Amino acid sequence: MKIHEYQAREILSGYGVPIPRFEVVDDSRDARRVAEKIGSMVVVKAQVHVGGRGKAGGVKLAQTPREAEAHASAILGMDIKGLTVERVMVADAVDIDREYYAGIVVDRATKRPVYMVSAAGGVDIEEVAATTPERIHKHPVDPEDGLSEADAQELAGKLDARPHVARDIAVVVEKLYEAFIGSDASLAEINPLVVTPDEQVWAVDAKINIDDNALFRHPDIEAMRDPSSETDELRRAREMGLSYIKLEGDVGCIVNGAGLAMTTMDVIKYYGGEPANFLDIGGSSSPEKMQTAIDIITGDPNVKSILLNIFGGITRCDDVARGLVAALEEQPVGLPLVVRLTGTNAEEAGRILAEHEMESAETMDEAVEKAVELARRQA
Amino acid sequence: MSIFLDETTRVCVQGITGRDGSFHTRAMVEYGTAVVAGVTPGKGGQEIDGIPVFNTVREAVDATGANATIIFVPAKFAAGAAMEAVESGAKLVVVVSEGVPTLDVAKIYKRTKELGVRMIGPNCPGIISPGKSKLGIMPGFIHSQGGIGVVSRSGTLTYEVVDCLRRDGMGQSSVIGIGGDPIIGTSFIDTLEAFENDQETEAVVLIGEIGGTDEEQAAEFIKAKMTKPVVSFIAGRTAPPGKRMGHAGAIIAGGKGTAQEKMEALAAAGVPVADRPSEIPGLLKTALGR
Repeated sequence: MKIHEYQAREILSGYGVPIPRFEVVDDSRDARRVAEKIGSMVVVKAQVHVGGRGKAGGVKLAQTPREAEAHASAILGMDIKGLTVERVMVADAVDIDREYYAGIVVDRATKRPVYMVSAAGGVDIEEVAATTPERIHKHPVDPEDGLSEADAQELAGKLDARPHVARDIAVVVEKLYEAFIGSDASLAEINPLVVTPDEQVWAVDAKINIDDNALFRHPDIEAMRDPSSETDELRRAREMGLSYIKLEGDVGCIVNGAGLAMTTMDVIKYYGGEPANFLDIGGSSSPEKMQTAIDIITGDPNVKSILLNIFGGITRCDDVARGLVAALEEQPVGLPLVVRLTGTNAEEAGRILAEHEMESAETMDEAVEKAVELARRQA
Repeated sequence: MSIFLDETTRVCVQGITGRDGSFHTRAMVEYGTAVVAGVTPGKGGQEIDGIPVFNTVREAVDATGANATIIFVPAKFAAGAAMEAVESGAKLVVVVSEGVPTLDVAKIYKRTKELGVRMIGPNCPGIISPGKSKLGIMPGFIHSQGGIGVVSRSGTLTYEVVDCLRRDGMGQSSVIGIGGDPIIGTSFIDTLEAFENDQETEAVVLIGEIGGTDEEQAAEFIKAKMTKPVVSFIAGRTAPPGKRMGHAGAIIAGGKGTAQEKMEALAAAGVPVADRPSEIPGLLKTALGR
């Protein structure tokens, strides 16, 4: 799960990472009030779940409270990569002498958290990694033993040669790791980690992504979920245990299993069609799940045909067929539908589908070809 | 022969009294798997279909000689169950449960290396060695014994591929779903190495998907170490970047982990890449010179 920058700041602040004073507001007059309270230059930052906010004009410096109000007024309501800015953060803009990077990710290859620091902070770290990888120092952390004080000091020493500054950075390095572990993050980073001209250390921008699998033990973080960052369909899908991602094509698909769902999209493309979505109904396909899936797909005005591709393992195909028939009797879809049910009890399922004169197919290729052709005819 | 699992494997089921655990225990027993014990804390002393239930995995292992265990407990308890399994003396641990916190898996993984335990999963369908034993949730009847090894990060996509093999009359030595999470116990390379050393396996099907670089590493391994033919399929070439495609590990991040990169890496290692699952049997026949 993604959380906002201000929420990441709150988490880090809770672990004792030094964060410049800030407040979050949804009204430009409040932005002015906060700037007055801070009483120095402030930065006004859009709080949306996308990168590249600065480039999109969503981050502005303000010398005066009045300027802060003007910036907030311009940024609130702004559209950044399809997301509307509903809140801005107003934060003390500390003087910057040096900008570093410190971050931790779960590394799939070493199967451990990996600490990364770079003296080239303040810029897109992925770009640093791509162009000058030697400027990033990596340190795998033993998941059981954690990060030692010596490790933290060594990492800090890579960033700043001044012993007393490095000591302060080492403290931040340790606390960032504590926050990473404590919140079950999949990524936690401070970029930039700033040293001011008078040698103070501040975490100026923070980003934390949380491991969805661990949210059950962090109700406080779950409560940070921003309803506006999720469309109604996405929320409905998530609450029903479906994985749904909307795409731009016109062949809607409902599939069991993530790998098979991706493959179905790929095969649609292979036959000259465009998938309208990714939708994995998961292991058990209850009638409610099926109904929700059909509702979500038919709610997309681009969809011209629907393909149901189910490989019954534990799921019995005859159950799926009966559930589907019941769902369609309740609420006809009004779009051509192609059903492919294979695996456990597929023969019985085929009989049920034939009885109800539903378009069925034996193989995935056949089903996809039909669905693509039906979408084309509707277009 | 087969890999990791055969008719001598003695299985313990963790979560045997739960809905999924009891259902799949029956399916495994019907397939011929030697299920010798079950574990549900607090229910020790009971029996399920004549299978003795214990409170802990260690007790089950000590009393029945179980050397493998499969985990069906809910996500919240799965990490604890997996750590218990790894430390129980069993040498093969299959974690079917989905939704295990990643940092917990990192700790469990470390322990498997210290104790020489093979963990498959989490978030996986398990493993089947057709005609011998089934340690997982896959539908047994689509499989048949033969010379094709199958390794995959997916569940139902694996069934789809096995079904394509079935239609072409190609049996399998072992079929293993390694799981869709970012950190998993058994990698493509571990499995490829085992297939390379398995006498029954003639050729291997590798089914990858977007996210991570496991397929790229597998490609390097195949080029350097494999003498048996490998053919592949990569799911997700139409997947948009930055979105998690169902599996926790299936995400294109920072431009890395695309299907294109993986397909190129495999092709460069001499591995034919199918455009569709239905092309796999044909690619295998060509590779085997049939």
